[in-house]
Parts: sequence; structure tokens; C-alpha cells
Amino acid sequence: MDKRLRRILPTVQKPARYTGGEYNEIIKDKRSVKLRMAFCFPDTYEIGMSNLGMRILYGCINAVPEFWCERVFAPWGDMAEAMRRENIPLYALESGDPVADFDVLGFSLGYEMAYCTVLDMLDMAGLPLRSEERTELVPLVFAGGTSICNPEPMAPFMDLMALGEGEELDIEILRLFQKARDEGWTKRAFLLEAAKIPGVYVPSLYEPVYNDDGTLAEMKALPGAPEKVTKRIVADLDAAYYPTNPIVPSTEVVHDRVNVELFRGCVRGCRFCQAGYAYRPIRARSPQKLIEQGIEAVRNTGCQEATLLSLSSSDYRNLGEVCDGLLDYCEPRNVSLSLPSLRADNFSMELMSRLQKVRRGGLTFAPEAGTQRLRDVINKNVTEEELLNTCRIAFEGGWSGIKLYFMLGLPTETDEDVVGIAELADRVLHTWRQHSPNKQRGVRITVSTSCFIPKPHSPFQWEPQVTMDEYRRRVNLLRGSIRARNVQYNWHDADTSFIEAALSRGDRRVGGVIEAAWRRGARMEAWSDYFDFKRWLAAFADCGLDPAFYATRERGEGERLPWDRIDMGVRRDILLRERHRAYRAELSPDCRAQCSACGAAALLPKGVKCDG
Amino acid sequence: MDKLRIRFEKAGKAAYISHLDLMHVVQRVFLRAGTPLKYSEGFNPHPQLSICVPLPLGMESGCELMDFRVTRDIDAAALPGELNAVSPEGLRFIECYEPQRKASEIKWLRCAGIYEYDAGAPEASALEGFYSRGSVPVLRRTKRGEGVLELAGNVRDFTAAPCEGGLRVECAVSAAEPSVNPELLVRALEQNEPGLRPDFASWRRLEFYDKDMTAFR
Ligand code: SF4
Repeated sequence: MDKRLRRILPTVQKPARYTGGEYNEIIKDKRSVKLRMAFCFPDTYEIGMSNLGMRILYGCINAVPEFWCERVFAPWGDMAEAMRRENIPLYALESGDPVADFDVLGFSLGYEMAYCTVLDMLDMAGLPLRSEERTELVPLVFAGGTSICNPEPMAPFMDLMALGEGEELDIEILRLFQKARDEGWTKRAFLLEAAKIPGVYVPSLYEPVYNDDGTLAEMKALPGAPEKVTKRIVADLDAAYYPTNPIVPSTEVVHDRVNVELFRGCVRGCRFCQAGYAYRPIRARSPQKLIEQGIEAVRNTGCQEATLLSLSSSDYRNLGEVCDGLLDYCEPRNVSLSLPSLRADNFSMELMSRLQKVRRGGLTFAPEAGTQRLRDVINKNVTEEELLNTCRIAFEGGWSGIKLYFMLGLPTETDEDVVGIAELADRVLHTWRQHSPNKQRGVRITVSTSCFIPKPHSPFQWEPQVTMDEYRRRVNLLRGSIRARNVQYNWHDADTSFIEAALSRGDRRVGGVIEAAWRRGARMEAWSDYFDFKRWLAAFADCGLDPAFYATRERGEGERLPWDRIDMGVRRDILLRERHRAYRAELSPDCRAQCSACGAAALLPKGVKCDG
Repeated sequence: MDKLRIRFEKAGKAAYISHLDLMHVVQRVFLRAGTPLKYSEGFNPHPQLSICVPLPLGMESGCELMDFRVTRDIDAAALPGELNAVSPEGLRFIECYEPQRKASEIKWLRCAGIYEYDAGAPEASALEGFYSRGSVPVLRRTKRGEGVLELAGNVRDFTAAPCEGGLRVECAVSAAEPSVNPELLVRALEQNEPGLRPDFASWRRLEFYDKDMTAFR
């Protein structure tokens, strides 16, 4: 270990985050591998190690014998400061080698508030921030992840962006890069060739042109640029790589458990939900495969908890079978099985009761809106009756805590909808009074609201966010309407949501804002410890831009959008249709009831059907 | 025999695993190796593991002792190998046996340290002289607030010898009543003899002893 590092580790919080050396970490001989990649996660070790996508790609890239992929996380403030003071450059956990010495840096961008951290990591690595300033081919800096479905805010900093699922795409990019490096291509020659790989967006091949009013006139495709870049998917999940030998952290992380990934995509079609649209088409793993992978991973890690992951677990067709198969193995070994993202229906509750012998913690549901009208607007297919029925079963089954999640500021929301949230919470409380077998224990009902953030590639991508003042007014209205002592109300800050909204639908100029914010000291902005609203306002001002232009302005349906060059699978006219249906509070059937031919099935190979 | 003791090394990267995290790490090592650990009864069963003398974060050790229980007879001689095959870097199990003595008999701990001096090390004899003074008080913070601990009588057999980058020191410190963290030795220099203070010091535990200075395992 580096002497300087040895000296600072005892002085920082939780040093085990910065050493690597965990069980199942992948070590290769650096002299014999052909290509070294630093997988960079722009948040803490604890968050990054809980991220399934990172674990999949880490294993998948390392499954190629001549590639060695190592992990890099963002150091917490005390460590970042100490590293800068001692001139220790950002290093990878496995080898301890400086990131700048790697062939490739791949950033995982899951949420917008991590953008400044990407720049900070590049800087800590000693690399220039902007792609154009890195004139050599090596190192290549690219990004993948959900939030780059609008690639433009981070476009100035990335040599290329990998859209969609990375299992196959990342390997193709790395292979081409290896060839280019070995044959001594220029960076430009490589990028032109890379742009031919389906799913690769090369920002320098597109030039934004703006109208006088600041809206986008065009994303001009320069020579060699494809008209559209379509995201990539893995068609057959059973055949795809899955990590059954994941790294076992030696220190506490957010989710320290074995992940079993049921399926990708979502059959529901909630209109606010980016993931629900951007992850289509729907592809499931077979129950046998899931049971096999789950057992193997539990055995290989010694984890005492396994969890079934997907956007909406109740929609997995063979959920009972998978649970039975896993419980057969887990129960005698004291391994617990958890099942997040359940719907509020009877079947799910029965399952929950079987899985959670100990009723610890509360149950969480996300009705998202307080009235049936507004739930219909967002196509959230849950009725009040269903919800109360589920709560009744939960209370009867011994649970005494229920968490309810809502959004304020959804399109068409009125004060009646806001107050409706309080009324719904009251009815949940009433249900408890009627059905709890053990009233002495009391009940905790928690209502949480966040401010709705319109996201690219969802039917609400054209919607304005409500202003911060309006959001705060609705928060106060709701606060005043919640009177019961047993109902607790938490709300998200207006200012973080506002900045997130501005970044999420930003154009390339917002990249300048991100850089300006970083220059003013922004990093780890997803953490309230570090988020600084005034600094963001100053950064927008530095660039002569107004965050409201991006956050609270309604986009015209004919307006060019910064992410227009990106095809996530769902057709634009379907998004528009859903938007218009929302205004009429008209429901669309879920994919199980009726396929609405959204277009995503075209991403599947011939003969393979969408599992909607 | 359901009670067993295992001696292990915790060094290199593993030195930065905290005591609390270590319990979790070791539990999983046992689970991966398929060792039939005995669990406590109750709603939230946990394995019955106990570390004889918790190791401060960042310090290495070649002599850690941990007691645990199993539900059926196992091959104790084979266990270290089985555990090492599924352990993280820096954790190495050495020997497993039925404990003959209670951990409460531990009184002394021998440890080695490297005092790093960036601008040249002082004479070894200067350090040896310092730690053999009749009184070596050190101000330390405990859970109960600040207090002065007397190192004289609680640190013995201190020796120092030049090595690359500074001095290699060795001594025995009291491990119980009071338990002396070897890091206090550097703190004592800081407070009493700042000229001798190293720029950095790292420690490694070598062996536990009872009150008669017989090795305790
Ligand atoms: S193709 Fe049909 S079933 Fe599949 S996601 Fe689209 S609408 Fe749903």
C-alpha cells in the first residue's frame, strides 16, 4: 500500500471503504491482461456496492480473460480532502493503481445529482474534464446508465455514451477500443468507428443549434453520425451473464444482500415513470434460473439476506414458484428473503406474510396520488379499495407501520388532490382502528411526498415542474390537512427537486453549469450534507442560464428536445398519446391486459416476444 | 466439545476492517465454509462469536483470538484451511483448538511498531530512555471523559532499533486493567517529549501473555 495512503487511512471515517481486498474481488495479473478498465461510480462505496448494475457489469467485463475491470468510488469529503492534500490521485480498489493509468474509464450515471461528482473524480484522477481537452485516444472516458437517456448535460465530458444495457455493448466498445489502441488510431478515427456500434452516442458528432428564445432548433448530425441512436438490450436474460459470485463487502453498505433479478421492464405504464418506459421491452428470467442463481449466490457469499428485484415484483408470473424454491434453501439456513416493490394486492400480502416471519419495519406502498382522478391521470392502476384492503390484511397480520409515498405537483393536480392524500391517510388509520388485533402497540403511518420531476422518455417529458413556491404551498396545505397524531408527514426539499429537474431535461449548455457548479466546489450533491442550492443558482448565473427555463417551462409538442437523437424503444407517438390520455384522466391497459404496441418489442430479435 | 478458539492474523487491507464489521465478516467466512456455527436463540438469532481482546482499527495482528461455538463435532485441525479458502485478503486463520484457559487470564500484549521519521530518526536509546522513566503520564480520552494514564509499569521491555525509514520498536503493554492501546506510546511522546515524536507510527500485535508472562493462546 502507498505510504501516503497508509498515513491518511487511520485519520478518515470508515477507511475500509478505501482499501479493497474484499472476498470475491477480482484480481488479475496486470502484465498479462490486454486492457484495463476503471469502473467509476460517482458516489460512495456504500451506495455503489449496493448497485446491481455495477455488479453485473463488473463481473461481465471481468469474464473476458484479457480485460481487467476494477472499481472506483467517490471518496467521502474527509478522504477527498486528505487525498488532495497529500497529492494522492484517484485510484482503483483492486490494484491501488492511479485511474489515469487505465485504458478506459467507464462511469455509471444513474441519477443527475451525481454529475458533479463525475467531474470531481476526473479531476482527482488528474484528467482534463472535457472530452475535447483529452486529445489522446487513451484513456477513453465513457458513460452508461439510466440518466444518460438524455445524454446532453454530460455530453461535453464524455468521449462516448453507451445507451441501454451494457452486458454486450460494453464488451463491443472495449474490443473496438483495444483494436484502435493496438493499431494506433487517432481518437477521432476511433470515435467515428465506435459510432457505428448500435447503442453508442458520440456527443462530438452532434452539434446543438439554438433558436433565439433559447430552445433547441436542431441537434445537427455531423458527418459519420447516425440519425438515431437506439439503446441496446439483452434479449435473453437466462443466457445473459449474472453475478453469482459477487464481492462481499467487508464493511457496511446500504444494501448488503444477494440480489435476484426477476425481470427487466415493467408492464404497468405509469406515466410519470421514466424507468417504466425506458427499460422496455419486458424480459423475464425463468424460475429455475432464478432459484439456481439465488442459491448459488447465497452459498458463495454467506449473505443472510436475499432480495428479489424488479420494478414491480408482483408482476412476475411465477413469483410463488420462485419464492418456494428459494425458501426451501433459505429457511433452514436462517437466510431471509425480501421482496420490495410489491403491489398493494391480496396475493402480494399473502406472500409478504410468508416471507417476513418477523414483522419488523413497516410496509411501504406508493399510491403516488391522493385521489382516484389523479391516479387515473398518471395511470397508476391502484384503487383506494385495493389499498385499504391490503392495509387491513397487513394490520391483521401484525404489521403496525405503513409508509405511503406520494408526489406533489403532478400534472393537473388540484388542491382537492393534495387534501386527498391526508384523507387517504385518515382512512388507513381508520382501517387500523377497525382491524388491528393489538391496538396497544399503536400504529405509525408515514406520509412522504416528493416534488414531481418530469423525466425524458416518459409521457410527461413535456410537462412543466411546479414552481418551488407552489410546491411549498401544497406541502403546507397537506401539512395543515393532516391532523391525526399517528400520521407523520415527511416532505422532500423543493430546491433539490428543482435542480434535479433542470439537470434532467437540460441541453448541452447545462454541461457548462455542471462544470461551473463543480468549480464552485460542488460534489456529492445527492447528499444533503453537501448540496448547496445557492451554489447552483450561482453556477446557472455564471453560464447566463435560468434553471426555470429547464425545470418549470412546458415544452411545446413540436419542440426539439435534447434527447431527440436517442431512441429508447418506445415510440414518440405513444408517449404523446399517453400524455393526452392523462389530461382526460383516461386509463391505458397494462401490458398484460393488452399490448399497446409501444415499439419496444422491435428491440427483440425476430421470433422473440415481449413478455408483457 | 462445542466451544472452540481460533487464532488468526488480521493484516494488510484487513487491518482497516473495524471490530464491528469484523464480526460480520467472520460470520460470513464461517457460513461460506459451511462451519456449523451455533446461534443464539430468539427472534434475531446471531452466531455466538467473541473476540478475546478487540483490536483497534488500523492495527495489524498476528495473534488474534476468537471463541465460538459449534452445533456438532468438527475437525478443528482442518478448519483454518477451510476458512482461509473463503476469506478476504489479509485475514488468515492459523490454528483452532479447544480453549484450555479463560480469556480473562490475559494480562500482557507484546507488540511491534514502526516509528517513521521523515527527517531522520533519533537515537534508539533516547526512546528507550523515555519509556523507562519513573513516570510517563499520558492524557487520554475515554468514554468517561479525559484522564491521565500512567504508562510506567504498564509498558515493559521496550526496545528500539534502526530500520528503514525510522525505528522498529517492540514492547509489552498491559492488555487488561488497564488496557493500553500502543498508540498511547506515541501520544506520550507528543505530550512529554515532542522532539522524539515520529511522523507516523504503525503497530502489530505479536502475542498475548498471562500475568506471569507465559504466552496465552
Ligand atoms: S411491446 Fe407491448 S407488451 Fe411490450 S412493453 Fe410495449 S406495450 Fe408492453
